[in-house]
Amino acid sequence: MTNISLEPIDIVRGQPYPGAPDNWKRFFTFSTDHKVIGIQYIVTSFFFFLVGGLFAMIMRGELITPEADLIDRTVYNALFTMHGSVMLFFWTFPVLVGLGNYLVPLMIGARDMAFPRLNAVSFWMIPVAGVLMMTSFLVPGGPSQSGWWAYPPVSLQNPTGNLINGQVLWILAVAISGVSSIMGAVNFVTTIFRMRTPGMTWFKTPAFVWAVLGAQLIQLYGLPALTGGAIMLLLDLTIGTSFFAPERGGNPILYQHFFWFYSHPAVYVMVLPAFGIFSEVLPVHARKPLFGYRVIAASSILITIISGTVWVHHMYASATPPWMRMFFMVTTMLVAVPSGIKVFGWVATVWGGKIRFTTPMLFALGGISNWLFAGITGIFLGSVPIDLHVHNTYFVVGHFHYVLYGAIVMGIYAAIYHWFPKMTGRMYYEGLGKLHFVLTYVGTALIFLPMHPLGLMGMPRRVASYDPEFAYWNVVASIGGFLLGLSTLPFILNMVSAWIRGEKVGNNPWRAYGLEWLTSSPPSVENYEQLPLVISGPYGYGKNQPLVSNIPNPGLTEFPESLPKSLMQETTS
Amino acid sequence: MTAERAISQAIEAQIRQQQEHDEAGNSKFGFIVFLLSESVIFLSFFAGYIAYKTTVADWYPPGVTGLETKEPLINTIVLISSSFVIYVAERYLHDQKLWGFRIFLLATMAMGSYFLFGQAVEWSSLPFSYTSGTFGGTFFLLTGFHGLHVLSGILLQAFMLGRSFVPGNYENGFFGVEATSLFWHFVDVIWIILYGLIYVWQ
Repeated sequence: MTNISLEPIDIVRGQPYPGAPDNWKRFFTFSTDHKVIGIQYIVTSFFFFLVGGLFAMIMRGELITPEADLIDRTVYNALFTMHGSVMLFFWTFPVLVGLGNYLVPLMIGARDMAFPRLNAVSFWMIPVAGVLMMTSFLVPGGPSQSGWWAYPPVSLQNPTGNLINGQVLWILAVAISGVSSIMGAVNFVTTIFRMRTPGMTWFKTPAFVWAVLGAQLIQLYGLPALTGGAIMLLLDLTIGTSFFAPERGGNPILYQHFFWFYSHPAVYVMVLPAFGIFSEVLPVHARKPLFGYRVIAASSILITIISGTVWVHHMYASATPPWMRMFFMVTTMLVAVPSGIKVFGWVATVWGGKIRFTTPMLFALGGISNWLFAGITGIFLGSVPIDLHVHNTYFVVGHFHYVLYGAIVMGIYAAIYHWFPKMTGRMYYEGLGKLHFVLTYVGTALIFLPMHPLGLMGMPRRVASYDPEFAYWNVVASIGGFLLGLSTLPFILNMVSAWIRGEKVGNNPWRAYGLEWLTSSPPSVENYEQLPLVISGPYGYGKNQPLVSNIPNPGLTEFPESLPKSLMQETTS
Repeated sequence: MTAERAISQAIEAQIRQQQEHDEAGNSKFGFIVFLLSESVIFLSFFAGYIAYKTTVADWYPPGVTGLETKEPLINTIVLISSSFVIYVAERYLHDQKLWGFRIFLLATMAMGSYFLFGQAVEWSSLPFSYTSGTFGGTFFLLTGFHGLHVLSGILLQAFMLGRSFVPGNYENGFFGVEATSLFWHFVDVIWIILYGLIYVWQ
């Protein structure tokens, strides 16, 4: 299996790739093709999404009744720890890296990523790390129970006294996924800086590429800080140093600084690509250029910079001195500026457009509405007086799930539906897609909206049992949780059946304007027959000017013959 | 149309050639990006060290008054000079003088090894250990983590030395040697900051 990969693929002369283009077996090899790796990332992380979702549904089952009767409290602790860790490190990060992997080289007109083999290595570390984290269910004492942020002194307790315990496995798994992320980030940054096709200046580069660049720059400057903190935590846990152990003279607050210096910007590592997806999907389905493209592109980099200066807003209640609180409150409010610019740009893009309510468009609009809501509660939490009251309550849980599920997961779904015809050459089933959207949107509101009143009423997070006065909203939230679990079924059915026997729709079913739509669907191994020479900026809808000088782009001005019937009716009506 | 096509194909052939030649450039760019990212781990350790040193009440463990600075200074001088030695080695390689390159690379390795040896001697004679409070912990963390980087640098140099005997090794440029040298300079710069923080600022 691996002997194929050790030979570097000649990306310049495009030697025939071993195996037919539609051969599914290539997804189980050490392939160096960025498109194969992208799909490997997406499918693997979706598997972990289901695992993390299962944990969440068990927790929601426990929370239907106020008493802790379904599962043991320690199991509940392990479940919320694993839920958070799996969802972040093995679903949201990798799936967005996968989408970036698939799309960035196509969008910038490159034949592959800058370092194809490094790319493959980064991918294969993800399943290894994921399985390592899962094995912590098998060790004595079970998985880590200290939450996904692993604050000491809770994370240093090690009740079983074994060297191999859930917490150590957790740190190792996170470290492996961190190495993978750093290698991926180096790859992305080099690719975006140096592999753009001739003519593609910075302000002719699609907004998604800008967003990925911003996100990966955060990985580069932020992740090493978490790595440093994790090394110190591991030493405390295994050989008895005293960095974070208060009983030995250590300082647990310092860990929080290390952790949040990365893990707050990490939110932007996840949300920036989702922003990029919104910026790509909206113009296509509203048939209008992206409003304020340059500002939207530059605001991604602005977010990259500002997000490095806000981390202490997670620590207002950690004996943080008042001047520090004030400083970080101001910087936190500042992040709202570039985010608000983006939302304004998206709304103005859709305004007056010829909107097609396809599944990706619905997910994008739904994601933006959720992001707006999450942003507003984020302003609440960023201000010191409110945060001190709702700190460690369900208000926080509701807020960040609105970001992660409401905005980011919806963005991911939008991207998968939008580029599904590009990845497979086939169209998904629109009806199933809309059903998926309705279930997801309603489910998101049902589960995460009640968490806000719960938090304001004072229900603490991370508890298996609670006061009966919180019961009503918890039942509503649990119903929403099961609805979200249900919502993945039409999605899986849709993807699998459409991949096997969906309608073949040609290269550019959306009549989209962008480099990735100029090549065949699915693209050949070396992406383009000839490298495109870019002569105009992205999103030229209604401007009637060619995007590149050397590849004709049919489909933009007239309807392609292969447009699916269902879409034909919508676009002509 | 055919003329346009011919022109675009000619342009593209040029681009392809450019990209092919630029793979070494990509690698170098990527390596610099990686080193910048790697330096943040050290920066966070330094930040941790400063935070501990300025806030912890009993900084030194009982019986310890400070660190000996003389031997570490000799070590420091050796390590910093080795940066110039590896630069000379690189120049020899650019002038196609393989033996000069090998000898100076070997000298760099010897100086790096001397540094590690000196560090080991210092470690073994210290009156405190990594469990001696945050002072002991950060001291061994910083010097140990840096020592690991020195060791990796020496291993990289050994690898480059071995590769220099492979015929045709330098047909595609000197990226491996350049990266090794860059890494070595990086390790040196980190040590200068580290020396200032741990030994000078006592």
